[in-house]
Amino acid sequence: MSYSRLESWWRRVGLGRGESASNGDAPVALAEPPPGDVDDRTGEAKPVPEPAAPVDLPVLKAADFASDQDVRWCPGCGDYAILAQMKKMLPSLGVPRENIVFVSGIGCSSRFPYYMNTYGIHSIHGRAPAFATGLKAARPDLMVWVITGDGDGLSIGGNHLMHAIRRNLDINIVLFNNRIYGLTKGQYSPTSPLGKKTKTSPMGAIDNPLHPLSIAIGCEATFVARSIDTHIKHLEGVLRRAAEHRGTAFVEVYQNCNVFNDLAWQYASDRQTKSEHTIELEHGAPLVFGKNGGKGIRLNGLEPEVVALGNGTSEADLLVHDERAPEPSLAYLLSRLRYEDGFPEPIGVFRAIDAPRYEEELATQVDSARRRSGEGDLNALFNSGETWTVP
Amino acid sequence: MTRESTATVSTEELPPSPALPASEKRTIRLDGATVRLAGDSGDGMQVVGGQFTNTSALHGNDVATFPDFPAEIRAPRGTLAGVSGYQVQFASRDIFTPGDTLQALVAMNPAALVTNVKDLEKGGILIVNEESFKAKDLKLARLDANPLEDGTVDDYRVIKVRLDTLNREAVREVEGLSSKLQDRCKNFFALGLIYWLFGRDIEPTLRYVQDKFGSKPEVAAANERALRAGWYYGETTEAFDHSYQVEPARLAPGTYRNVMGNQALAWGLVTAARLSGKELFCGSYPITPASPVLEELSALKHFGVRTVQAEDEIAAICSAIGAAFGGAMAVTSSSGPGIALKGEAMGLGMILELPMLVINIQRGGPSTGLPTKTEQSDLLQAMFGRNGESPLPIIAARSPSDCFEVALEAWRIATRFMTPVILLSDGYIANGSEPWAIPDVDDLPPIPVEHPPAKANGQPFLPYERNERLARPWALPGTPGLMHRVGGLEKEDVTGNVSYDPENHQHMTNVRAARVAGIAGDIPPQAVDGPARGKLLVLSWGGTFGACTSAVDECRAGGLSVAHAHLRYLNPFPANLGEVLAAYERILVPELNTGQLRMLVQSRYPRECVGLNKVKGKPFTVSDVVFKIRELVA
Repeated sequence: MSYSRLESWWRRVGLGRGESASNGDAPVALAEPPPGDVDDRTGEAKPVPEPAAPVDLPVLKAADFASDQDVRWCPGCGDYAILAQMKKMLPSLGVPRENIVFVSGIGCSSRFPYYMNTYGIHSIHGRAPAFATGLKAARPDLMVWVITGDGDGLSIGGNHLMHAIRRNLDINIVLFNNRIYGLTKGQYSPTSPLGKKTKTSPMGAIDNPLHPLSIAIGCEATFVARSIDTHIKHLEGVLRRAAEHRGTAFVEVYQNCNVFNDLAWQYASDRQTKSEHTIELEHGAPLVFGKNGGKGIRLNGLEPEVVALGNGTSEADLLVHDERAPEPSLAYLLSRLRYEDGFPEPIGVFRAIDAPRYEEELATQVDSARRRSGEGDLNALFNSGETWTVP
Repeated sequence: MTRESTATVSTEELPPSPALPASEKRTIRLDGATVRLAGDSGDGMQVVGGQFTNTSALHGNDVATFPDFPAEIRAPRGTLAGVSGYQVQFASRDIFTPGDTLQALVAMNPAALVTNVKDLEKGGILIVNEESFKAKDLKLARLDANPLEDGTVDDYRVIKVRLDTLNREAVREVEGLSSKLQDRCKNFFALGLIYWLFGRDIEPTLRYVQDKFGSKPEVAAANERALRAGWYYGETTEAFDHSYQVEPARLAPGTYRNVMGNQALAWGLVTAARLSGKELFCGSYPITPASPVLEELSALKHFGVRTVQAEDEIAAICSAIGAAFGGAMAVTSSSGPGIALKGEAMGLGMILELPMLVINIQRGGPSTGLPTKTEQSDLLQAMFGRNGESPLPIIAARSPSDCFEVALEAWRIATRFMTPVILLSDGYIANGSEPWAIPDVDDLPPIPVEHPPAKANGQPFLPYERNERLARPWALPGTPGLMHRVGGLEKEDVTGNVSYDPENHQHMTNVRAARVAGIAGDIPPQAVDGPARGKLLVLSWGGTFGACTSAVDECRAGGLSVAHAHLRYLNPFPANLGEVLAAYERILVPELNTGQLRMLVQSRYPRECVGLNKVKGKPFTVSDVVFKIRELVA
């Protein structure tokens, strides 16, 4: 297994050691000096000796990312598939487990961190993006994942989601969308469709649903993607792209709650129908879908329309996906393609652009303040301005 | 309080100022005075009040201040609602409060006059801008009669100054200044006048003007001229045949500076971070009167301080918890309404057992309440404002400079016992200022913090294994072998895994309570000022320290047997507090609330306490407390 990606991770977090290591012998680097090693006199961290020699790191497998806790989701829950793909994908990143933190809120999906053999915080309802913000701002060297759901992320935590996205911290947010409150046993959620009958909407929901990707793109997220729990290869690929993105990566996963909202995504996940009802986005490729790729999406002015290929309509007439478009308008348009309106729903990466990251900007300000004013000197601070001395 | 009748006439001349000639009028020496500058909220009263304070501190006086301003940035001009005041007591002796009654009042308009004149002592000096008492000004202040003519000011020495005209004349020659900007210098004219009246040096303010307006030379020049003109007006007007002199106070040797409470707090936080080898993280949301803490910290990035202005109060504390999990010294600062929003997250911080500080600069409540006024009514919120059994340590600052020490102590407790600590201040402390003996950082004891080292793979790490203080290890992400998950669900003892076991929940609840209770063994015993036993103990906490100390001093000087204990630690109480309380016949608990500490003390100890309670948005006066003490023991 190659460690070149691990090396790139270290370089990304500012811990690169110059020349990239050859295969299999990357140096061991801690995120910060070995803890507890504080000079008693000054209270400051003692200098850390360089590692004596590069050490072999163990090759990790998916099982190494499993914690010793029993997974307690309902049998058949879509969450299992997402957990499996995460554990399968992570080793390939080459990021040490101790440098990864999963942060979640409250809800079925938010139990996720307990099942990962990494650091984790199972926090309070809706606030995971805020915890992640503080953690990443204080520790830019860590890889931070936020696991949330449609209720957690869009209802009680909608505000934090919006602000985490606009700050563009280098974190990954995975929103499990099952269009229902599962852990509280079946009330309608902010993504439940109009008319949805649940325990709290016995005559049908009258709240217009939110569309997670439209919101993320509205906040000008730098990375936006969608996948489906049962589409495991695709899901693994999307999670990897999210992990590789530098900036806030927002991923919506269509996730089935087989107890309280079974088959909510059947149109998108059913083997027979998914090619008609979903469209796999590929950067630079025309938007083609349907059995045998017989259909496509064409723009008629600002309106998308479904067209059949042939009879004078070719792929050249179709909308070509550009995930790197600086303007989010087309990505937004894609997020509005909805099954109920007769469109296939796009899956894959909607948008992936590069933009400054909050924690790096913050660190840059700290660095430039130190360059400008010198390392902070408390005695100088206290004695700044007007003082007087009593003999 | 100082009275002119007790003052001696001095034949000494004013100390020569390089900026001005010595006054040729005689001076009368006072051992202290209290002055209030009052005007419209756009008149710059806070600026000149701050200048008068700073100059008095540099002069060597002990000072204590009370800025009092409306919640509106610019209430309608000239109205009663828009009056902004700044009170300062300065003295040649130790003082603890900004003073009960005024010896001098500057009133820039009728509204400022009528709202403040009742605090001026009989015979006190009342300086008014007589040109702001026209019919329209009276109408704005909703006055039917001119208070300068209807008997309102008969008991005072009224000095009527044509402030508008004199100021304009003073700044007329400065080119490029609109008449609006000319008029803005009026506050410096008034400042110059009271500088003359109290023999203050104008030099520090000249430096301030250059520093503040240096990039706008015409504004700097105009303010300087107004200041000088005010001083010369005092020297030449026939209204004053003498000025006053307040000698430097006999403070302990050392180097001093003037500090405001929020500033001292922010500096204490940065210092605590240094002493513990940590970098400071502050996640806060703007709120009166706590915002200056976030503002001050954001300007200290060269100390490695990272600040996040969060999207709301909840995000602010959650970001701090995230940073604490990452190993930073994490802080969130707010006021009562914000603390209410943080309640759930404080409970999480408590069960995660991560060190951090939750700072509440209390203000008048309930709800939005009185944002710019002071109160002590969040003590029970600090004790109980979370769901479930979730005890947290509480520590309270008593004065502006005390905020520095309290910040260090709060962080020491947080790291030693692995717990969020609630630090209480209030608007009176936050905006008030006093001299601070600047410590030498090298003399401050370090705050040792330990993190468990890496473990080889396979060895178990137990995140809720406890030490002798019942504190769990602070394991940092990035440390190999210590991967663990924390969360708000009840945890199994030792392992930290999720547990619904009834016995375990009982045990963990008990342990969390015992851990906080154990802090009592790690803090100094409660000290008492005055007789070790006797008739009356005054038990106070927080920002009432100054008024209670002065009141007890005054009563003891008058022959009464009264002792004073001021609590810094509100939870847990010092271990000996029960014994202290038992040594007195009666206990008086003065508080700016309806009896919150009294409730806590009475529920904990078998002692009935007498309350002195006030919620008027203002601190106690010394006489408020003196009156009550006399009622109880005289």
